[in-house]
Amino acid sequence: MSGNPDMQTKGALLEVDDLRVTFPTRTGVVQAVRGVSFSLGRERLGIVGESGSGKSQTGRAIMGLTPPQAEVSAKKLSFDGIDLLSVSSSQRRALRGNRIAMILQDPKYSLDPVMTIGRQIVETLRTHEKVGKAEARERALEMLRAVQIRDPARVFDLHPHEVSGGMGQRAMIAMMLIAGPELMIADEPTSALDVTVQLDVLNILDKLVAERGMGLIFISHDLRLVSSFCDRVVVMYAGKVVEQLKASELRDARHPYTRGLLNCMPRIGFERHPLPVLERKPEWAT
Amino acid sequence: MSAEVVQSRREWLLSERPASRMQARLGRAYVAWRRFSANRLAFIGLLIILALVVVAAFAGVLAPYSPTVGDLKNARLLAPGAAHWFGTDDLGRDIYSRIVYGSRWTLYVVILVAVIAAPIGLLVGTVAGYAGGWTDAILMRITDIFLAFPKLVLALAFVAALGPGIENAVLAIAITSWPPYARIARAETLTVRNSDYIKAVQLMGASPFRIVLRHIMPLCISSLIIRVTLDMAGIILTAAGLGFLGLGAQPPLPEWGAMIASGRRFILDQWWVAAAPGAAILIVSLGFNLLGDGLRDALDPRSGDQ
Amino acid sequence: MTAALSVEGLEVVFDRFRALKGVSLEVREGESYGLVGESGSGKSTLLRAITGLAPVSSGTITVNGKTLGKTRDKAFYREVQMVFQDPYGSLHPRQTVDRLLQEPLAIHGIADGEKRIERALDEVGLGNGFRFRYAHQLSGGQRQRVAIARALILEPSILLLDEPTSALDASVQAEVLNLLEEVRRRRKLTFLMVSHDLAIITHMCERLMVMQNGEAVETLTASQLIGHRVSQDYTRNLLRASEGFVRTA
Repeated sequence: MSGNPDMQTKGALLEVDDLRVTFPTRTGVVQAVRGVSFSLGRERLGIVGESGSGKSQTGRAIMGLTPPQAEVSAKKLSFDGIDLLSVSSSQRRALRGNRIAMILQDPKYSLDPVMTIGRQIVETLRTHEKVGKAEARERALEMLRAVQIRDPARVFDLHPHEVSGGMGQRAMIAMMLIAGPELMIADEPTSALDVTVQLDVLNILDKLVAERGMGLIFISHDLRLVSSFCDRVVVMYAGKVVEQLKASELRDARHPYTRGLLNCMPRIGFERHPLPVLERKPEWAT
Repeated sequence: MSAEVVQSRREWLLSERPASRMQARLGRAYVAWRRFSANRLAFIGLLIILALVVVAAFAGVLAPYSPTVGDLKNARLLAPGAAHWFGTDDLGRDIYSRIVYGSRWTLYVVILVAVIAAPIGLLVGTVAGYAGGWTDAILMRITDIFLAFPKLVLALAFVAALGPGIENAVLAIAITSWPPYARIARAETLTVRNSDYIKAVQLMGASPFRIVLRHIMPLCISSLIIRVTLDMAGIILTAAGLGFLGLGAQPPLPEWGAMIASGRRFILDQWWVAAAPGAAILIVSLGFNLLGDGLRDALDPRSGDQ
Repeated sequence: MTAALSVEGLEVVFDRFRALKGVSLEVREGESYGLVGESGSGKSTLLRAITGLAPVSSGTITVNGKTLGKTRDKAFYREVQMVFQDPYGSLHPRQTVDRLLQEPLAIHGIADGEKRIERALDEVGLGNGFRFRYAHQLSGGQRQRVAIARALILEPSILLLDEPTSALDASVQAEVLNLLEEVRRRRKLTFLMVSHDLAIITHMCERLMVMQNGEAVETLTASQLIGHRVSQDYTRNLLRASEGFVRTA
């Protein structure tokens, strides 16, 4: 299923055309996202960029989590035929969590600290589906098992601060997946984790995406990680998409920014002193 | 000044690349000033305080009569009118003149209290917060003891012990008002003492004294200025309260609290005797409160890292 | 060749938690030595114990032949300086770059301040235009350059680097790593560098120690690691993980 190019044309799950996000500040308007367009099928799409590239704001705009003072506009922003810009906020809430889910970087900040992990998952499930308490508990435990938590019954009764970062992120994924979303937006889901744990979490995510036929948007600063995980990669710079390409063709990237980004990271077994440095050209931002 | 000059000065102040220490400092002050002056109420507060300072400075010019010597024969308890704008009191003194001179005493109290209490609080709080352990426990328990008494009662006790008079009233108020400042300074210190930038200074080999004085205190000062400004109204009221109880300023000093106390006897028939100084206290207190609120917005380190 | 820095059986205990369980290492003069491990491995604690920021419960630390006592004196801080991980937290928010760089000179009573500050700023590639800026007027990479300038201004012989680039973007990371290599070459510095990233450590260091749960797993040369000539499974796992995601069909 990976890298199939016609996935994006037939029955796109998400279509984004000319998305713009602007923030008013004391000194004027800041354009965080300046005309981003892409479409997503049931595939893994990576959005890569450095800080300030607008990659996170793009994810948040799709999710409807842009701060209230910011302005979001687009020629088209539709999820499965539903225009996300014109739906009411209650419809939007229903979509969120139910059909679209989001994982954030640090589970510490996105899980409720005073509620047990199990209860959070059960509540999420019960706000989206009418199920009995016993059944909800069963399904939550099953979900925890699905994210490879070895002792789900114990973790079910723990509070978020009692588990490690990797475990917390797995619990977060379990919570996001319990309602069976069709689109998952993961914003740096593994950046706060140790490398070995990082790969475990990615494995889980990968399996779930493949099994459930979800669309996944994976937002990250790590070009190499994204290209090893995703089918397609969108490279952003200064609020714009500078290049879109298949992950397998990353080596043939044409844009100097993409190539510079790939090049400037140290690699084991490639001695380069000094490291090649990225020369930012002003025309990339225009 | 032409528009262009103003424009280029603004650019110089807001420059991202200041060329000297002075420019950096002025630029920073300018940003704070812009934030402050955008707040209209705070600006009104500042105007009130500036007016107070001007009145106190030029009391001799602004007051038409003597504040202490009245015309007992012809001018007792006159209602407000053209000759005496706020009327006269029971000793025939012009109330307007007394209020104008009284502004000096108000400023005297406020400034002295701030100069005595704020540094004590800052020192106790930062030392306690940075040192921790026993030092912290002892300093904070002392602070707690002071905080456990109602302010006015404690001040009363001090004045009773030291003897009545405005200097002793100031001392008593200062002694009772530092504990909250110590608390604030300690809380601020605790939030910064484990930060990397303090550790970096430790790794330079700086002594604890230097760290507290040069690196922690500057971070506490803005919240302290805000708190002191907001407390000014309370200080004025406490001073007035002591004056009212006869333990602060002694007659014939035109202190506003003492003026209200002496006007109390005629409050039903000659209301202006007490109302005029009351209104003065109200306006000045309001001015300090508005100013403090504005400073909070302009200086608060938590609202954006300016 | 003598050891610039040697650590023998170092133990650090925080509230009964043993963060370091008897770690020993020896860094030669002019060498760049790496500490690799995941969170909780004790690698940052080791740096902090050397500088006196973490409590040492047993073991000895020797710097340039001098064994350190409980407290560090000013002479120690002229020999050993540290660059912190987070460039956003390691610069005082209310001080200009100028003030930040002047502080160490004032503490140590060094006279030719003006010249040293200018030289330090030049050396880290910032120049005088940055001298009177506050931290919030700088980007992450610029802040880290200032932090490096501050560490260098006392002209230490040993530089401790605690994940100096992990908070930076990849392109900025390359610039800062290049800068660190350059100052090391020019000033003949000894580095002790902590990172979770094997690629950075093999790029920067000649020898390294892999740590886990407060203990040393193994000590390797960079070329051993590059050639996958490692003896411990844990190191092998780290190596595999650093190669990116591999889909298991």
